Amino acid sequence: MPVLIKHRRLAESSPPPDLVLEPTDDPALVAASLGQARVVAVRFPKFGDGRGFSLARLLRERYGYKGELRAIGAVGRDHLRSMAQCGFDAFELRAGEDPQEALAGFGDFSESYQSSTAQPLPLFRRRAA
Amino acid sequence: MYRYDAIDQRMVDERVAQFRDQTRRFLAGRLSEDDFKALRLRNGLYIQRYAPMLRIAIPYGLLSSRQLRKLSDIARRYDRAYGHFSTRQNLQLNWPKLEDVPEILAELATVQLHAIQTSGNCVRNVTTDHFAGVAKDEIVDSHVWCELIRQWSTFNPEFSYLPRKFKIAVNGAAADRCATLVHDIGLHAVKNSENEIGFRVIVGGGLGRTPIVGHVIREFLPWRHLLTYLDAILRVYNRFGRRDNLWKARIKILVKERGPEKFRDEVEAEWAHLKEGPATLTAEEVARVESRFTRPQYETLADIRYPGIPGPFTAWRKRNVHPHKQSGYAAVSVSLKKTGVPPGDVTSEQMERIADLADHYSFGELRVTHEQNLVLADVRQAELHGLWQELRSLGLATPNIGLLTNIISCPGGDFCSLANAKSIPVAEAIQRRFDDLDYLHDIGELDLNISGCMNACGHHHVGHIGILGVDKNGEEWYQVEIGGNQSPARLGKVIGPSFARAEVPGVIEKLIETYLAERDSDAERFVDVVHRIGLEPFKRNVYARPDQAPAPRRELAAA
Repeated sequence: MPVLIKHRRLAESSPPPDLVLEPTDDPALVAASLGQARVVAVRFPKFGDGRGFSLARLLRERYGYKGELRAIGAVGRDHLRSMAQCGFDAFELRAGEDPQEALAGFGDFSESYQSSTAQPLPLFRRRAA
Repeated sequence: MYRYDAIDQRMVDERVAQFRDQTRRFLAGRLSEDDFKALRLRNGLYIQRYAPMLRIAIPYGLLSSRQLRKLSDIARRYDRAYGHFSTRQNLQLNWPKLEDVPEILAELATVQLHAIQTSGNCVRNVTTDHFAGVAKDEIVDSHVWCELIRQWSTFNPEFSYLPRKFKIAVNGAAADRCATLVHDIGLHAVKNSENEIGFRVIVGGGLGRTPIVGHVIREFLPWRHLLTYLDAILRVYNRFGRRDNLWKARIKILVKERGPEKFRDEVEAEWAHLKEGPATLTAEEVARVESRFTRPQYETLADIRYPGIPGPFTAWRKRNVHPHKQSGYAAVSVSLKKTGVPPGDVTSEQMERIADLADHYSFGELRVTHEQNLVLADVRQAELHGLWQELRSLGLATPNIGLLTNIISCPGGDFCSLANAKSIPVAEAIQRRFDDLDYLHDIGELDLNISGCMNACGHHHVGHIGILGVDKNGEEWYQVEIGGNQSPARLGKVIGPSFARAEVPGVIEKLIETYLAERDSDAERFVDVVHRIGLEPFKRNVYARPDQAPAPRRELAAA
């Protein structure tokens, strides 16, 4: 059983995804069915393939998906923070990752410059406030 | 200089801690070679032919004397007491130890330097005009916009694993001095009829093995929309750029395969969703970033007219001193192109002395140019002679800016594991062949660029003469192009079959002979002649059999 992190904790179990998006999939085409989905997974086929980051933001920000968004595939400690910023809230760790160490990955940075799903206001709008 | 606030500093410090941990996991065997590669590259660390290479970011080429002293110190303690300034305005150390790199990064962070995203498939160090802020033809100070882009690109969560590297250049003046047409994105500041500031957006240019001049996809992007528009371009590229073939993964291939119009339509459609969103820039933010830059406190001075007495000082002033928007001041190029020294190399000792000169003559700041020289941007004209004497004693006053011996060259096969051929010895052999200063000045403006492989780090496609190292059955050969130009961007054409290394200086000499014989006047530059008469006369001369050899060069030079 792969290790699953949900809401920044190790999760006991979670239902299988209702929908799995590959990096080449167009989120617009599944937009209509997102309302019924409880779990949507986005696959990262390789460590260096970043298409899923854009798909996640589109699912969340453009198509309003509110359920669990799970990153699957080549998901490692060094990706977790960026994935969380792009709207993922569940992470199926690849084999060989130390789950406790991986959890620390969320804390690699305490701030981000950009607008993202998790923090729509970029730093400059918060700096100014 | 942009001065970090507490948050900027914290980000860089946290990056050091992150990389320290990644290195620890790699050395403990808990990160694979491949995964660590993707992580170390985005911290500027390559594993090279003989040793690791660390590429330190000099954001948009702007450097303080304090930072240069730190670089000197790091090169001395962790390397062999020299560094190499690259064509992307960065500094490369060729001999650090892998396990020392986290400590080097920690030391860099103490002077607000880092190696973030100097390599890897992410947005790289943004580059700009080395005369930004002092140029007479300035529209905006591009440093401010570069810093805004630096912050937008730093650890950008969506765009950290792009199909390939991504290079952005920002030009803030009327003349394009940073080759915006041959970058993944080129931004050229413009004013519209209402006098509002915006950017012309150019996409899909690049050198490398498929050199392409970029396409303008928007003539005027109001400045407020800069970051949302970049988001739109990067999102289209991140989703649809090719990932199946390393050589087709740059955005230029996507733009070419889609066609610039269709690509632009996709970007505009994406942007329609992002426009006016929270990432829209505010006047307050631009003013905040602007206010964090140190600004020289100019004195009110009159311009000085130096008498044009022929001699070394005049020659230097003619080539290495540049006009300044402030009367009484000048910008000065510090030539790192002395014959016998690899282009762009500086020793730790020189770095320290240059830092002293920056403090004494130029408000403690300097710039790195894409031609691998340094610039002291704010020198009092009255002090030019004193500065020249000091530079001369350091071997940094070669009066060759814009001339044939100001060769741009990648590190090549002496260091780089990608290279097909060496470039530094070729540069040196050419410099030696053209060591006669009068002859060099008579030839006039000429950009000669050398790359050791088709990745084109030496920008050979946009040299007036471009030399490319190629591999033929395990041997080093050199292909020669002519007619390239940086601004306006134009790509050179190959003159014919390639040459052995020893033949290259002779080939360059033949090209120059042809030029001197064909030019209308000494106002017509080499590249102008190539564009006027085409390649044929040059080819004929270069590939002529010995019994048809042309007259020796001195006669032609005198003619």
